[in-house]
Amino acid sequence: MTGSVAIIGGGTAGMEAAGQLARAGLSVTLIEKEPEAGGHARNWYHLFPDRRSGSEVLKYLNDQIDHENIKLITGSRIENFQKKGNEFVIETENGQEVKADALLLTTGFDLFRSERKEEYGYHIYDNVITSADLEDKFRNNDLRLLNGKIPEKIGLLHCVGSRDEKSGNVYCSKLCCVTAVKQAMELREKLPGSRVYSFYMDMRMGGALYEELYREAQEKYGVNFIRGKISEVSVNIDNRLVIKAEDTLVGRPLRMELDMLVLMAGMEMSQAGIRIADSAGLTRGENRFFAPADHHFGSNRSNLKGVFFAGTCTAPMNITETISHARSAAADIIKYLGNGRKR
Amino acid sequence: MKNEGKKRIWTEYQKEIADDHFFYVRSCIRKSFFPASEQFFLDFLRKDLGKDVYENPSHTTCTGIGYHSDVVPFQTIMTVIARHYALMKESGYRNIAISCVTSFGIYTEILETWKHFPEELEKTREYLYKATGREFDIPETIAHTSDIIYKFRNEIAAKAKFPLINRQTGEPLKVVEHIGCHYAKIFPKYGVGGAEFPHVLSGMIEAWGGEVVDYPERRHCCGFGFRQYLVQANRGYSLANTTKKFSSMKPFKPDLVLTNCPGCTMFMDKWQYTIKEMEGTTYGADGESIPVLTYEELAGLVLGRDPWDMGLQYHMVQSEPLLRKMGIEYDTEGKFRTKDGRQMPIPHDLSNS
Repeated sequence: MTGSVAIIGGGTAGMEAAGQLARAGLSVTLIEKEPEAGGHARNWYHLFPDRRSGSEVLKYLNDQIDHENIKLITGSRIENFQKKGNEFVIETENGQEVKADALLLTTGFDLFRSERKEEYGYHIYDNVITSADLEDKFRNNDLRLLNGKIPEKIGLLHCVGSRDEKSGNVYCSKLCCVTAVKQAMELREKLPGSRVYSFYMDMRMGGALYEELYREAQEKYGVNFIRGKISEVSVNIDNRLVIKAEDTLVGRPLRMELDMLVLMAGMEMSQAGIRIADSAGLTRGENRFFAPADHHFGSNRSNLKGVFFAGTCTAPMNITETISHARSAAADIIKYLGNGRKR
Repeated sequence: MKNEGKKRIWTEYQKEIADDHFFYVRSCIRKSFFPASEQFFLDFLRKDLGKDVYENPSHTTCTGIGYHSDVVPFQTIMTVIARHYALMKESGYRNIAISCVTSFGIYTEILETWKHFPEELEKTREYLYKATGREFDIPETIAHTSDIIYKFRNEIAAKAKFPLINRQTGEPLKVVEHIGCHYAKIFPKYGVGGAEFPHVLSGMIEAWGGEVVDYPERRHCCGFGFRQYLVQANRGYSLANTTKKFSSMKPFKPDLVLTNCPGCTMFMDKWQYTIKEMEGTTYGADGESIPVLTYEELAGLVLGRDPWDMGLQYHMVQSEPLLRKMGIEYDTEGKFRTKDGRQMPIPHDLSNS
């Protein structure tokens, strides 16, 4: 099979799709804005539900793009593309021109900037961190607080920037609940003397083995799950965090001192994706992610012929779903090019 | 705590504050409780800065307290506010400067209502015209007077005779700042610095040499709360809120509480006396109570105005401990004397005296 595909975004979806398309005989150019491919997977310590190491996923993805048909361009942003006849012309920010018969957008997600929820004091109070920061701490094997002490009482707050009308995100980011469960277990494992409290609105444990993980977190790890969101965070004279929440199951307000608070940051359409969508006339949904041509039968197709989507630029997804979505995008692209669209 | 995070938030909540030509609207209660505050504002802007500030004698109450106690309907208060705007238009002004935080909340709530429900604006125009024959324009800028003092905080700092430094220790004074709920909690965009980490008062404290105290109940109600104090049976809630707030700030040993709302200043001042009388509890250092000042009173002290000309003797919690820390000399004998030397009655049981 002949033909060329340009993929914008070298994260999980882009790397997986690149491998699939290259092995089908297509010539692939994979363009990534960061100095290295890998996307968010580079930052995760362990994945749920089986606690697979993030580096293992990264190795798998790097193996996928180790193919003679794949040209990887890194450190290069794309602001726009043009369609000339049946051909796409993409100019990278450092002046390289890429031509392709089909275009796959795998621009991924941006982590919700938790400082936008001002009441939680992220970037203000020393020991308020995000789920991504905690993965960093796990990878560096250093869970100490800024004052060098080991945290004893830790809170995890779900739905930061998700299901939150005030921050403009009414959708569920889907992965934060299970991430919180996984992180709570890991905290208890690494800090056996700690007490961990998880503040949630609903536990959305829809994925394979998620519910089992949730049960294990309670029964084996003694994680306390409290149904209620935290309304505000402050610090006391000892620089300990003071949180206010409501335990909606008991129906009472609650005040608690914590050594560390972890904000489970949600997923948002990436700014890079928004710029491309707006300049190229690609349709986006109310949640700002790319809108597929058909939710059931064309979740990889866009409103422009020859332009496809895969992964978390269309909706929050876990790694498993992202890889499946990338494979289905590859299948759609192979079908599109096989049908002679190129000519 | 990282100040950079706060600074980033402050950049997102910067409002346009006019530089000159203000249409000034007074508060119903500030003149009684903090008699020199409004006068200081006018004198400082007019005499020290040479600004044009106009007061229209036909200005009335905004009816905010009536509105918040369900006595005045929304249509009525919208028409009252529209009349104030009509007075402003007739006087040739476009920048409104509001002394009271309750009024400020009313003005902003009504502006937002008109923005989202233009039919309400049209109805209000009609009501006002039918009732008074007047017409009005929406103001170009809307500022609480604390916004204006914030704007000119560096001018005050440049002329400061008594910065917020403890003269005995050389350390910055520890200042609790408390904004009124209706200043920014309803519409954070109308407040300098937003609602969570407001900068309007903390900006003054920093500019004048003090240190802002952040404590767990910083955002908590002062104890005013219309529904708590208007209904006598609910006043226990009012006291409970104030108690919670002061208990939370006590370990930080604040030298002063600075507020921008008449209700907050009044309740945080007077309830300290009440709590002391009821259970003997005080919240300042050495068994003293914590002085609670308006931003005008504090600006006046920093600029070297006489504390009794600033009306500090009319608070329940007296300010002498603060004056001593700032190195301000005061005339104990003249504290309750009129300008022409007559002795006024001396109140009993004032705190810190």
